[in-house]
Amino acid sequence: MEKRHMIYLDNNSTTPCDPRVVEAMVPYFFEKHGNAASRSHPYGWEAEDAVDYAREQIAALIGADEKEIIFTSGATESNNLALKGVFEMYAKKGNHIITAETEHKAIIDTCKHLEKQGAEVTWLKVQEDGRVNLADLEAAIKPTTIVVSLMWANNETGVIQPMREIATICEKHGVLFHSDATQAVGKIPTNARETGVHLMSFTAHKMYGPKGVGALYVSRKNPRVKVTAQMDGGGHERGMRSGTLNVPGIVGFGKAAEIAKAEMHQDAERLSRLRDKLENGLLQLEETKLNGNAEHRMPHVANISFKHVEGEGLMMTFNQNIALSSGSACTSASLEPSYVLVAMGLGDDLAHSSLRFSLGRFTTEADIDFTIEAITQGVNHMRELSPIWEMYKDGVDLTKIEWTEH
Amino acid sequence: MAYSEKVLEHFKNPRNVGTLNKDSKNVGTGLVGAPECGDVMRLQIEVDDETGMIRDAKFKTFGCGSAIASSSLATEWLKGKSLDEAMTIDNMDIVEELALPPVKIHCSVLAEDAIKAAIQDYKVKNGLAVTEESGVTTA
Repeated sequence: MEKRHMIYLDNNSTTPCDPRVVEAMVPYFFEKHGNAASRSHPYGWEAEDAVDYAREQIAALIGADEKEIIFTSGATESNNLALKGVFEMYAKKGNHIITAETEHKAIIDTCKHLEKQGAEVTWLKVQEDGRVNLADLEAAIKPTTIVVSLMWANNETGVIQPMREIATICEKHGVLFHSDATQAVGKIPTNARETGVHLMSFTAHKMYGPKGVGALYVSRKNPRVKVTAQMDGGGHERGMRSGTLNVPGIVGFGKAAEIAKAEMHQDAERLSRLRDKLENGLLQLEETKLNGNAEHRMPHVANISFKHVEGEGLMMTFNQNIALSSGSACTSASLEPSYVLVAMGLGDDLAHSSLRFSLGRFTTEADIDFTIEAITQGVNHMRELSPIWEMYKDGVDLTKIEWTEH
Repeated sequence: MAYSEKVLEHFKNPRNVGTLNKDSKNVGTGLVGAPECGDVMRLQIEVDDETGMIRDAKFKTFGCGSAIASSSLATEWLKGKSLDEAMTIDNMDIVEELALPPVKIHCSVLAEDAIKAAIQDYKVKNGLAVTEESGVTTA
């Protein structure tokens, strides 16, 4: 294969900043460098106006009122603020939180932290397709339940939860519904109010905005939700999140939201066509498996296991040309394979053999054609090297072998 | 995490990939690791009846680049060695040669285990005394 530019298929990790976003941000570093909290001079007014405008752009994207947007440093902080803030604010009502095993670490670790502070957490299992079982959810709710936190779309599989149905259950039982919508906002419609989400975390850098700026949507009416601040200081963001606002970041976030609102549908349509092409091309290989619900899924994501090939080794065959992620242990320092795939019932072996493809606004058809060819060659090459592929081909039952766990 | 040049070189040009006849009396096979752990190594040696030296070695590995490089290097080192010499190959020699980072040391341990398992398999097949060190599962 000829050498070409690097192909980026890791948009669920982070997206490149859209050049239109960069352009909008630039004046706010030098010429318009004011602090949005400075009330006494034009620099401050100018910065405040820019932040207000961005707040409107972002609110418009998610069908919210601009007063319902709290700026943070990113989705991790938003998730922390939402859960810890609700836990403290609603302590009189109860201490029970419901979430799922496949949530992002920012939710899982926050819940584990709260468990130590006296919270009771129910960890819902997911079905094989990655979605929660609604009956399980409803059965888990009790009088002490204060919040249900379930992600809109999963970062590893792109699987979309039945948001409206979850919201209906929460409404029925008078429980708050928080969603980590990091992977969904800006890519599919995520109207918080219409859907019935009361708190929603998201971030700029997954939607072609800059890193280091995110938001928490907090419903102001029906219900009026409050969270206890986790950062003490100057009382910014209606007292819910102190700290000088990242004005250039927020301006970029706003611009990214405006572009997403205008172009989301055409982007999604184009990307789902490219994703399907990639997926169909790769599933031609024998012993491959698509992970997660194929229908209720983000348009730009495919998670595929290539049996009897280890993900990190496979990636080494093409990582000079293509950037993506693997569910294999070896990509992280932990040596544990993807807990998301394992929670969906995949064996550790299949989790080790998985790759996550996440396309983006700047992915081209030529990128996809090249990727299909490169991955196909890589899988075939690694299978030639794989003793378990050889055993599988010889008809050996791999489950009958006494492996030496290490 | 970036790989060392040597790991990349072995990964791109793995030595001695293949399969020897595991039923042959002068072939010893070591299969170590588990698919659930993300690493499986199969290392085989063929011993010359006359000289007692390892005249061929082959491997196949399911695993990351470091696991593949470790087993490729092991086959290179095994060829031409006596069984006793082969038993002295230490995982830290592999770590040093390939400049493996700490998180990849288990790959070298697996390669050492595979070497010992292959030798044990050969010895058992040929009714030779098995040393305690080589007490590793074989297949």
